[in-house]
Amino acid sequence: MTDTVPDTTAPAKAPPREALLEVDHVTLRFGGVVALNDVDFTLYKGEILGLIGPNGAGKTTCFNAMTGVYTPTQGEIRFNGQRISGRARHKITQMGIARTFQNIRLFPEMTALENVMVGADAHHKTSVVSALFRLPRFWKEERSGRDRAHDLLRFVGIARPGELARNLSYGEQRRLEIARALATSPTLLCLDEPAAGFNPAEKDSLLQLIRKIRDTGITVLLIEHDMRLVMGVTDRIVVLEFGKKIAEGLPAEVRDNPAVVAAYLGVPTDAA
Amino acid sequence: MNAHIEKVRSRGASMRARWDSMPRQVRWVALLALIVFLYLLPNRWFYINLWYFRTMESDMATVLFETAFFVLLAVGLNVVVGFAGLLDLGYFGFFAVGAYTVALLTSPESRFDIGWPWLAAVPAAVAVTMISGVILGGPTLRLRGDYLAIVTLGFAEMIRLYASRNEGIANGQRGIPQIPHPVPDVKGSDGQSLFGVVDARPYYWLTLTIIIFVILGVRNLTRSRVGRAWVAIREDEDAAQIMGVPTFKYKLWAFAIGAAVGGLSGALFAGKQSFINSDSFQLTNSILVLAAVILGGAGNIYGAVIGAFITWYLPEWVRGIGGALGLEINVAEYRILIFGAVLIVMMIFRPQGILPNRRRAAEFADRRQEAAPTEAST
Ligand SMILES: Nc1ncnc2c1ncn2[C@@H]1O[C@H](COP(=O)(O)OP(=O)(O)OP(=O)(O)O)[C@@H](O)[C@H]1O
Ligand SMILES: [Mg+2]
Repeated sequence: MTDTVPDTTAPAKAPPREALLEVDHVTLRFGGVVALNDVDFTLYKGEILGLIGPNGAGKTTCFNAMTGVYTPTQGEIRFNGQRISGRARHKITQMGIARTFQNIRLFPEMTALENVMVGADAHHKTSVVSALFRLPRFWKEERSGRDRAHDLLRFVGIARPGELARNLSYGEQRRLEIARALATSPTLLCLDEPAAGFNPAEKDSLLQLIRKIRDTGITVLLIEHDMRLVMGVTDRIVVLEFGKKIAEGLPAEVRDNPAVVAAYLGVPTDAA
Repeated sequence: MNAHIEKVRSRGASMRARWDSMPRQVRWVALLALIVFLYLLPNRWFYINLWYFRTMESDMATVLFETAFFVLLAVGLNVVVGFAGLLDLGYFGFFAVGAYTVALLTSPESRFDIGWPWLAAVPAAVAVTMISGVILGGPTLRLRGDYLAIVTLGFAEMIRLYASRNEGIANGQRGIPQIPHPVPDVKGSDGQSLFGVVDARPYYWLTLTIIIFVILGVRNLTRSRVGRAWVAIREDEDAAQIMGVPTFKYKLWAFAIGAAVGGLSGALFAGKQSFINSDSFQLTNSILVLAAVILGGAGNIYGAVIGAFITWYLPEWVRGIGGALGLEINVAEYRILIFGAVLIVMMIFRPQGILPNRRRAAEFADRRQEAAPTEAST
């Protein structure tokens, strides 16, 4: 367990903004491994926050703690002022947190459309009985879910809704994950390395997509190794190293931060 | 190997695409014709012309009833194993619970001696099996992994062992006799009750009718958020949860629905046999239903139907053919052995089953969009 005190923590001069997600001194241990060590940051409504750090820094673990996959050993995470640790995962999704996965985790034997409709179902109320007898609510929600799924597929640029997810190209699968997450009507969207394996052109269109998502009023938390992408799209950045937060601030501030430069020295900034 | 599977998969997909691309009316007419055919099939004047199809060594109507009955079991188990991906090895336990519930409620020989008519006992049997499914699934389905397989296996064995105790309410080997046949008020043309001992046809028709309704119900469920939740759970339970699927709830539903269909089959069985004892419920039957589901294509309703048909009807048919050729081929005796071998071969060459899990191409709107695919500019 490294106990280095962060030498520079530069919190952004916080304007009177509304906090959406508060990661409150969270520590998370796996046996002897301290994956998150007293991590503390706040996500404000409407911003795009970058979460960066070398491999194994604890970024994905942070996402997992936020979506209820792991419960923090210490500290807590609040969403809209409500504690999320200890809640069922699907309840956390219904509260408004959606995510994508670093290693694509679609439902491969379902079509692209169905994958997105699973996300849309998160807020549906059709019961087993009304599905069995095809009661009016079933038709209404099925139709609206389908329309919404089609819209979202168009939004992320997938042209074949009826194709099985496993048959989509790699880039399409990554974008399908975003559509599926958006279908749950989140207020916070967490993207875990959405550009991994993308070529520059694909990265550019992803950057546009993330901006478009933010413009619809959704707050975005972005894990990304590609510095150009991170610097280009985020409003603020939090840097993790060995589970500790070593810096926080505007992209320009973070880039020039000596601790960050040191953390990245010898570490390829583009691990994709 | 993988390339081979890919090829096979795409062949299955093209078969499906051809069926899907037929006009809706054609599909309905084809389906209707099939149903009429199935209702006519047990009549002697009808099947006598189908010499290549009928079973020659055993009574056609009886074989058809048994097959239909087996199909019903497979359709129920397919919900659990095929759609939700839950390995249920003790399905026959629910079958036994359903059969015994009917027996205990209806037979004058049962300890309760309340003598309900068969028809009234059926909903009770379905309810009891559903509840036992919930009791069994409640604690188990919260866990991941192979617990369910072990617990359900234990459950089926427990039921069987209890049933074989002579002191228990199930009367062990002596069993429960005099279970009334279904609806004695319905009279045939000879003034006798339609559901008798000799003629298996009414039971077949009844089972076929139930199958049609069960298939309609299962189909409605699978083409809704319920089915999507089941498949999502089967594909990736963690991801499903994080996408907002209450996984435990839907797993429990799948399990309870499977159990209910199992119980319904048990009720039918008791009504037909009018006598059940502990020998009626063997573990091998659980395995055989599972084999049928996997053979036909887990996750596809019609695959399960075909799998069950092959598993039950084919051996009888082969026996008949053998008899006609003067050979003594009793495939039914080697059913387990043969299907064990067939399953191993299937796992190697066609792991998705005969009719692969059909992920329909959504609705017409999607199909039209598919027809003119515009590759996304990336
Ligand atoms: N389930 C787990 N059990 C044990 N250790 C874990 C577990 N999950 C993560 N870790 C450890 O926690 C640390 C942080 O991992 P994490 O995946 O969060 O890193 P990351 O910042 O996402 O890295 P990358 O850029 O490679 O994705 C690593 O040392 C990892 O081995
Ligand atoms: Mg990671």
